[in-house]
Amino acid sequence: MSNIPSDLKYAKSHEWIRVSGDTATVGISDHAQAELTDIVFVELPAAGRQVKAGEACAVVESVKTASDIYSPVSGEITAVNAAVVDNPALVNTAPDSDGWFYKIKLSNVAEVNALLSPDDYKKQIGG
Amino acid sequence: MLKRTALFSAHQKLGAKLIDFGGWEMPVQYTSITDEHLAVRNAAGIFDISHMGEVTVSGAAAAEFLNQLLTNDIKKLTPGLGQYTLMCNERGTVIDDLYAYRLCGDVYFLVINASRIEADVAWMQSQAAKFPRRSEVTLTDASHNYAAVAVQGPRVKDFINDVIPGASISAMRVARVTDLKKNEIGGFKFEHQSVLVSRTGYTGEDGFEIVGSDESIQHLWDKFLSVGAPFGLKPAGLGARDTLRTEVCYPLYGHELDEETTPIEAGVGFFVSLDKGEFNGRAFLAEQKAKGVKKKCVAFKMTDKSAPPRPHYPIWANSASVGEVVSGTQSPSLNLGIGMGYVPPEFAKPDTKIEIEIRGKRFAAVVVPKPIYKK
Repeated sequence: MSNIPSDLKYAKSHEWIRVSGDTATVGISDHAQAELTDIVFVELPAAGRQVKAGEACAVVESVKTASDIYSPVSGEITAVNAAVVDNPALVNTAPDSDGWFYKIKLSNVAEVNALLSPDDYKKQIGG
Repeated sequence: MLKRTALFSAHQKLGAKLIDFGGWEMPVQYTSITDEHLAVRNAAGIFDISHMGEVTVSGAAAAEFLNQLLTNDIKKLTPGLGQYTLMCNERGTVIDDLYAYRLCGDVYFLVINASRIEADVAWMQSQAAKFPRRSEVTLTDASHNYAAVAVQGPRVKDFINDVIPGASISAMRVARVTDLKKNEIGGFKFEHQSVLVSRTGYTGEDGFEIVGSDESIQHLWDKFLSVGAPFGLKPAGLGARDTLRTEVCYPLYGHELDEETTPIEAGVGFFVSLDKGEFNGRAFLAEQKAKGVKKKCVAFKMTDKSAPPRPHYPIWANSASVGEVVSGTQSPSLNLGIGMGYVPPEFAKPDTKIEIEIRGKRFAAVVVPKPIYKK
């Protein structure tokens, strides 16, 4: 059973976003980390990079495969989580908190409304 | 529609993640590749290998036929013994790699790769049709008759005699399963049916492979899980099977081996017996052994912190792209990126510095002796 915090919004491609004013934190869902298991490597975008919603901007690798991570929203990357680069297992142990990927300054706040609510995401993953 | 093994419902019950492997719906992992891998290295793991193919070859000319067909010398096999060997075409490139066992007198049992069953059987039949003593050889694809498991790891010897009790009744005669030595095979009674048990595997650990009827293997699976659990036995999927074999540099058909590659290039020339007489590909392989090869399969470790190497990533040396990765992963035992790939022989010596290109960037790696992991 996946943990789906109520203060998050989700992309269909399993990333979460926690919005605070005009910036947001992005990570991957508990369901996604459980599907990937054994995360051994995380590659994050450079701070300052402009990304569009739906753009592949990070890579997470399990023992078996590499998976692209798509930005749920458009904007400028303002910070990345060095802790998950040093210790990729954080994505498995704390996907919704310490295992966050990057912070982004939103260029179009309305995009957030198009994302899935926790309940809708729960339906998508059949939980 | 993917094919399913006799253990399919057992995998579902255990919550396995299933993938398409050569047309078979197989478990890639039950809990985590790393946990399953380490269970095999430190204790024990059980794998479903029912997808693999089995061919029996018998008759007065069976040994002569197999010595024409395969690279290793089948005449070295006394009853109850098996050997790793390869099946090559006239160009000396590999149709499949396999295990050949001599069960008794003129009866041989071949275990072949799941993805190659059709190609292998077609090739063997075409070779048998050309064989002068063809009336004295009987070749049977028995793949549909058998299921199989591999039980691997240092603790397996501590409980396998309780799962399959008693002395063998055919092939190698021993008082108990653990009296089998490496590469030996014996037939044992299990619940009124017979199963073939060999001391072989694909993990670099001590262990056994067991072939039997669907029903026998289903019962064995359950019995192994209950008897082995106190010793740390876990069900293990194809993900762990791949990381385990990569650490010890065992080739996997479709990666290190294919119809464009010879055993000499792949580094398994030890299993090519050039002095046994004529066999398919011999002339070409003898020439290659004498004159050298254009590409060689090397093992490497990443020395830069990087994403794990993966198949098809380019290998660089001296600022030029010189080859390609064929197997690559994060090693759960060593906790670093490892792999194998083909390079020209001048870059094949251990300690040669190479680079692996990962998503457009190059990362430092070093050629290492095989196996990459050793206890």
